[in-house]
Amino acid sequence: MLVSYKWLKEYVDLDGVSAAELAEKITKSGIEVEGVETLNEGIRGVVVGHVLSCEQHPNADKLNKCLVDTGEADPVQIICGAPNVAAGQKVAVAKTGAVLPGNFKIKKAKLRGEESNGMICSLQELGIEGKLVAKEFSEGIYVFPNAAEVGTDALELLNRDDQILELGLTPNRADCLSMLGVAYEVGAILGKEVKLPETNTAPENEKASDYIKVSVAAKEDNPLYVAKVIKNVKIGPSPQWMQSRLMGAGIRPHNNIVDITNYILLEYGQPLHAFDYDRLGSREILVRRAADGEEIVTLDDTKRILSTDHLVITNGTEPVALAGVMGGANSEVNSQTENVLLESAYFTGPAIRKASKDHGLRSEASTRYEKGVDPARVRAAAERAAELMAAYAQGEVLAGSVEADSLEITPVIVSVTLEKVNRVLGTDLSEEVVADIFSRLKFDVLTDNGTFTVTVPTRRGDITIEEDLIEEVARLYGYDLLPKTLPIGTSTQGGLTDYQKKRRTVRQFLEGAGLMQAITYSLTSAEKAAQYALDKREPITLAMPMSEERSVLRLSIVPQLLDALKYNQARQNDNLALYETGAVFLKTGSSELPEEREHLAAAITGLWENHPWQGAKEPVDFYVVKGILEGLFTQLGIEEMVSFKQGAVEGMHPGRTALLSIAGKQVGFVGQVHPTVQKSLDLKETYVFELSLKAILSVEIPALRYKTIPRYPSITRDIALVVGAETPAGDLQDIIIEAGGSLLTDVNLFDLYEGEHMEAGKKSLAFSLKYLNPEKTLTDEDVMKAHDKVLTALKEKANAVLRG
Amino acid sequence: MQDRLKELEGEAISKVESASSLKELNEVRVSFLGKKGPITEVLKGMGKLSAEERPKMGALANEVRDVISMRIESKQQELEEAAVNEKLASETIDITLPGRPVRTGSHHPLTKIVEELEDLFIGMGYTVAEGPEVEKDYYNFEALNLPKGHPARDMQDSFYITEEFLLRTHTSPVQARTMEKNNGQGPVKIICPGKVYRRDNDDATHSHQFMQIEGLVVDENIRMSDLKGTLEVFAKKMFGDDREIRLRPSFFPFTEPSVEMDISCKICGGAGCSVCKKTGWIEILGAGMVHPNVLEMAGYDSKKYTGFAFGMGAERIAMLKYGIDDIRHFYTDDIRFLTQFSVPEE
Repeated sequence: MLVSYKWLKEYVDLDGVSAAELAEKITKSGIEVEGVETLNEGIRGVVVGHVLSCEQHPNADKLNKCLVDTGEADPVQIICGAPNVAAGQKVAVAKTGAVLPGNFKIKKAKLRGEESNGMICSLQELGIEGKLVAKEFSEGIYVFPNAAEVGTDALELLNRDDQILELGLTPNRADCLSMLGVAYEVGAILGKEVKLPETNTAPENEKASDYIKVSVAAKEDNPLYVAKVIKNVKIGPSPQWMQSRLMGAGIRPHNNIVDITNYILLEYGQPLHAFDYDRLGSREILVRRAADGEEIVTLDDTKRILSTDHLVITNGTEPVALAGVMGGANSEVNSQTENVLLESAYFTGPAIRKASKDHGLRSEASTRYEKGVDPARVRAAAERAAELMAAYAQGEVLAGSVEADSLEITPVIVSVTLEKVNRVLGTDLSEEVVADIFSRLKFDVLTDNGTFTVTVPTRRGDITIEEDLIEEVARLYGYDLLPKTLPIGTSTQGGLTDYQKKRRTVRQFLEGAGLMQAITYSLTSAEKAAQYALDKREPITLAMPMSEERSVLRLSIVPQLLDALKYNQARQNDNLALYETGAVFLKTGSSELPEEREHLAAAITGLWENHPWQGAKEPVDFYVVKGILEGLFTQLGIEEMVSFKQGAVEGMHPGRTALLSIAGKQVGFVGQVHPTVQKSLDLKETYVFELSLKAILSVEIPALRYKTIPRYPSITRDIALVVGAETPAGDLQDIIIEAGGSLLTDVNLFDLYEGEHMEAGKKSLAFSLKYLNPEKTLTDEDVMKAHDKVLTALKEKANAVLRG
Repeated sequence: MQDRLKELEGEAISKVESASSLKELNEVRVSFLGKKGPITEVLKGMGKLSAEERPKMGALANEVRDVISMRIESKQQELEEAAVNEKLASETIDITLPGRPVRTGSHHPLTKIVEELEDLFIGMGYTVAEGPEVEKDYYNFEALNLPKGHPARDMQDSFYITEEFLLRTHTSPVQARTMEKNNGQGPVKIICPGKVYRRDNDDATHSHQFMQIEGLVVDENIRMSDLKGTLEVFAKKMFGDDREIRLRPSFFPFTEPSVEMDISCKICGGAGCSVCKKTGWIEILGAGMVHPNVLEMAGYDSKKYTGFAFGMGAERIAMLKYGIDDIRHFYTDDIRFLTQFSVPEE
């Protein structure tokens, strides 16, 4: 809502309060003033001039040579290019030495050999937005009414010596979508009275009811319809001050009738519509829901196809307006209009909201209806508009109005106690202070022994419960005066859950290992959603996505991380290690919320070790990534429960991928991205893992207990085994551990050899086995027994022989 | 004999002193003190001496031996030291060469903000509550005093999946769920961080996905002054002790009274600049006293219980705190961005 400071002064005494101060006070009391614009800022030296003569420029077809009286001793010659300039006009003249917006300085000039001492201005040149300039002046200079006094400040006459406060209204404060509403608010803030416009009823003559019949079929959507008839209007421009106020509020002037309806909309917040009575096609108004497929051409010359969701004003048969949104072209007021049917109606929000949404039409009227207008102003607004039409369009207002009224206004009465006010706010306000706030708001209040019974005016539809009253007290008392305390009462123990703690451990471990945390979007394309999914289900799709690229909820994180790698690599960053924790979304039954499973994923590419002057330049490989995971599992105490098995995952290198499982259940995978995928993404060798963080962090681990540090020495035996090249080292290790019994405390692979000294198809693996008896010193004999079992098992189960 | 011994002593000392290596020194030791050495040789002539002279001569010979041994000993130490020094000198390296890099990872800046806030509020007795990102319309809107058709639903256009399910537009549904789970019993003291989604076109200041952090306290006798005090603790911790806070009345369907909080602009110190749109204040969060309808819907007796809630965008906090100019940076994961947040702060 754009509020003119000068206009507002008509309703509230603003003496001693500048526009900037007022803005600050309004903001602090609850309505954010988003800006204060001074309309004549940077403009100087523009006066009203009288064009005494106007003839064509001797050397230029499109220029005129004008002699203009600007109130000084001698008239001045000004060359003007506007097509509408003419002798006799009162115009805005920027004199020599004047400054126009954009620091445009007017100097004496010669145009095609003729002297020009100033400039005759258009409104645009005076800083008014082109879309707000009335059509008749939009292509040329502005022309004042003849009464304008020569030599006076043109901007003052245009009411540009004003400031506009831009209010950022929250949806509850629809009351401030009107000057009167703002006046009440400002009156409450400043503790001032509000002067309402006075309306005089029209003298008795013909009755409106002789000219029109009104009925409403959709009473729920339209509880009150008021029609007035104004005869014999003279269509012309509205008065200068009204046009200025409309432009200041962001509305373009049209003609006196339309401008008056808009002016009242701004003043009362009540949308009005003026029909050309003679073009209605009947003497009847019927308000009803539209039929499916019914059509109307609206004022903007657009054909609209309607449905039963939409409310229409009809002439009994055909729609003449889309109720509360826009009038119809067929009954539009135009320059030939003689008789006007004025509509002032109370439409309820939902029907208007639907129509405005369906047709993409948000008008000043629909905005106000959607948010709720004050039902008590419907008649007053109609009366005032009719009076203005009499005054500024020479109309005859017919007696009375014709109404269809099913509106029931039940007064809203809310009470609150002083004790509750102070208890909720943490204050110690007195009864007088609170009562004073209600009276400043012009609320009817009965104060009885600490209880305030408030009758809420209809303009404040946002106030329905005691908390609303408490808010009014708090905001007008001043939030900055409220004390600062901390909650007292029941003490609570703060902290993280086990899961949250472990998740932080995971992040810290991975970051310690050199990975950077990434966060990517949950929404992705249907194609990517399915890639690398651990749990291959049909992805969840948005009903109305904004783009194909963000239309589906992800089933995996790896594709997003690969995108991030690609993004970075395209910017010359080749060595990358990213991880992410976040939900993936799994479809369940249609009546159930999807399962959200937290995953952990990582993607690493480029050099892992990079210390070139010492010759260390190692690209990441499978074992780097596996090592990170093993370290993580050790950190979480679950290293013995997770197993790695060679496996296949779509999009992964078939020979370099492992499946991770816990207790036989797959929880993730790790490995190299398939070379063709790498190539399609322009990535170098890239390794990824993705696992269910939920599964990993939900493993129950035994309580931490200290194990005695052994007091006896251990004995180590190293063995080199020759096995088939296909035999996994992990299998041998499992065999060793199983056969080694309780004395075997540690097994480490320390050498792998495949090459020229080996028989084809064979490889050599060397393990170091550590034996220890925590109870006593081991004898060679004990070790030999255990070690022999290991060797036998290796031979039998894996055909592994000791290397000679 | 005596002269011969003194002579030997002199000779040995001069040889010891002139030894330039441990090997040479050892040769000196063997040649003078060895079984076949000159001193032994001299002593062989002891038989010819008188009984009085013999012990004297013996003592003298031992003295000479000791002197020589001592000198060898000290020379040996000297040589060893020199050898060590020489070795150390030869081992000198260029310490200005770059060290072997240790890979360092880092928290995403949003996680940094979230964890910092979690820890602050944990210290004040809050627990961290989380909830689903795909929500029921009921928890996202209705339970928060936003019935179907409510005009304020316009304020947050949403990604619906079905009529009933949508991507949550704020983390407030976690508050509704937590309250509901508590069966109308107090106290509740939670902080809820999480991803939320709105139908916005991604640009420098809008993101269809962002991170929100909300807090909720419900108990008997929670006052608006408690909210004000709590927010001040938060603002000073997050932005520094020198920042002023300002509360302005506002509107949210789920709180009444509602509050927006501004902090004084750090860039201009309150004088007004482009960052604060010439107001000297920067808006950072929304808050308020929990609306009685919200309490009642979650099973709380709003006559007995009151509460406050606050919510903010982690991106906005990070952008203000670190001076980040484009919200899209949080989601493109450019490492030139991510690596900047590994340093700890106070």
